[in-house]
Amino acid sequence: MDGNLNALTTIFTEFYYWVTVVFMFLIHVGFCMYEVGASRRRNHLHTLIKNIMIIPLVTVTFFFFGWWIYWTFPSAFPGMGGIDFAAGTPYTPWSENMGTNLEDRLTGVFWAAFLLFSWTAASIVSGSVIERIRSSALWLHAVMIGSVWWIIDAAWGWHWDGWMVKVLGYHDAYASGVIHAIAGGYALGLLLVLGPRIGKFAADGTPRDIPPHNPWLLTIGIFLIYTGFWGFYAACNVPIISPEVIDGQITGTTWTATNIYLAPTTLSAITFNFLMSLSGGLMAAYIVSKGDPFWTFSGGLAGIITASAGNDLYHPIQAMLVAAIGVVIVYRLHFWVERKFKIDDAVGAVAVHGYSGVVGLIIAGFVLWGAPSSPYEGYAAVNPLGQLIGAVIMFGLLGFLPGWGLAKIQQAAGVLRIPREVELQGLDFSENRAFEAAQSDVINAEKAAVAEK
Amino acid sequence: MSTIGYESWAVDLGTVGAVYPFQGWELVMTVLGVLFWLGWHRMQFLAESKELEDAVNSYKGPEATQAIERY
Repeated sequence: MDGNLNALTTIFTEFYYWVTVVFMFLIHVGFCMYEVGASRRRNHLHTLIKNIMIIPLVTVTFFFFGWWIYWTFPSAFPGMGGIDFAAGTPYTPWSENMGTNLEDRLTGVFWAAFLLFSWTAASIVSGSVIERIRSSALWLHAVMIGSVWWIIDAAWGWHWDGWMVKVLGYHDAYASGVIHAIAGGYALGLLLVLGPRIGKFAADGTPRDIPPHNPWLLTIGIFLIYTGFWGFYAACNVPIISPEVIDGQITGTTWTATNIYLAPTTLSAITFNFLMSLSGGLMAAYIVSKGDPFWTFSGGLAGIITASAGNDLYHPIQAMLVAAIGVVIVYRLHFWVERKFKIDDAVGAVAVHGYSGVVGLIIAGFVLWGAPSSPYEGYAAVNPLGQLIGAVIMFGLLGFLPGWGLAKIQQAAGVLRIPREVELQGLDFSENRAFEAAQSDVINAEKAAVAEK
Repeated sequence: MSTIGYESWAVDLGTVGAVYPFQGWELVMTVLGVLFWLGWHRMQFLAESKELEDAVNSYKGPEATQAIERY
């Protein structure tokens, strides 16, 4: 850190990412509250612990190999150049950069920002499968999507040097595809194999509503997710960088914030667009769901997700309209898929994250058609076909297929779903029985003490 | 002797890199970390399997009905 300006820039950047990480923790708190609120009383504890244990499992695996994948896989696709082992050397778990190192003050916070995205990807899947999946099975899926599949897609399409950016002109500034479409696709693949909860569908195939146990917990949960998502937006930016450091086609000496592709944007722009897309989503969802509170809340989230691919460049009114259009499509698609394929997605994750992500990518291809995807020479411009192919890769190739494949293996081994008896009496049955016994015991003891007095 | 490689901070910080203990043992620490992670999955899987088996064996219809009615 030679010189005061370099020192200030480094420490500012270090602190900036650190703050975003703390904000993003609220996403996970929100997901936990949402899942527990949506689950029934007899499954609360297992539902909560299933989501909480995503934190350590994805964290350690992201340290062991997830972060290394991000730096080595940008060209790891047939015909694109292969795995770049040299680029990944500083990010192996045995590298000196992956520890307390006074020469490297950014790797830790940058790693953590990506890690929180990993938790989110795994947590999205977790919510959709509550009340019938074995925790051990979900945790394996969490490691795979959180530390392998999503980070491969980030290397390909969310990295300044990613092959999808270069060749397809793929543009996904705030992760419509790289987090949400892949997680929604993964959840759909897993759900298809896992099957619905007992009682979800009537004998004639009509879906039944399974109301949340605690709607207020859901409400607080989704508001915490909104808050954390705001931090996520900031985390997707490089806060300040000079054209000299970018070393691309930008001329002059004006420092700027950039998106993950090192193309210019501003924190102010994404604040406009975050709030306007949240608003467009809430308004459209309120109308299309006829005022259903939970679809309205989820619609706010779906609206942001739909606009996220282009929210570094959209006008705020465009962000609002893109969000509103996306929400209408997503809402209708959710119920059509539920009826047609008998998919029991307990929290609507496939729709809110998966379909919104896909729709958002495709819309961005049209609205941003011709915009440069990168500040570097020779990259394809943003275009509808590139975005469509990108959506298929995110949702299908890296999301649906791996989720479905691993679930099939787990199903064949008999380790995917809890036994029917356990599903009926509840995962927390033994804990609840012990709780009630302890409660009864202490009440009787205290009553006896009163009687002796 | 110091486990972090420095016995005093009377140094130019511009020349200081890693300062964690036992530098040079990172690969061994990685192996230990990975074993801890995989071992956890193994132990958790066995415990969960036993828990589910016990729950199936002690299953009683009326108790399940009570649990369902609690919602």
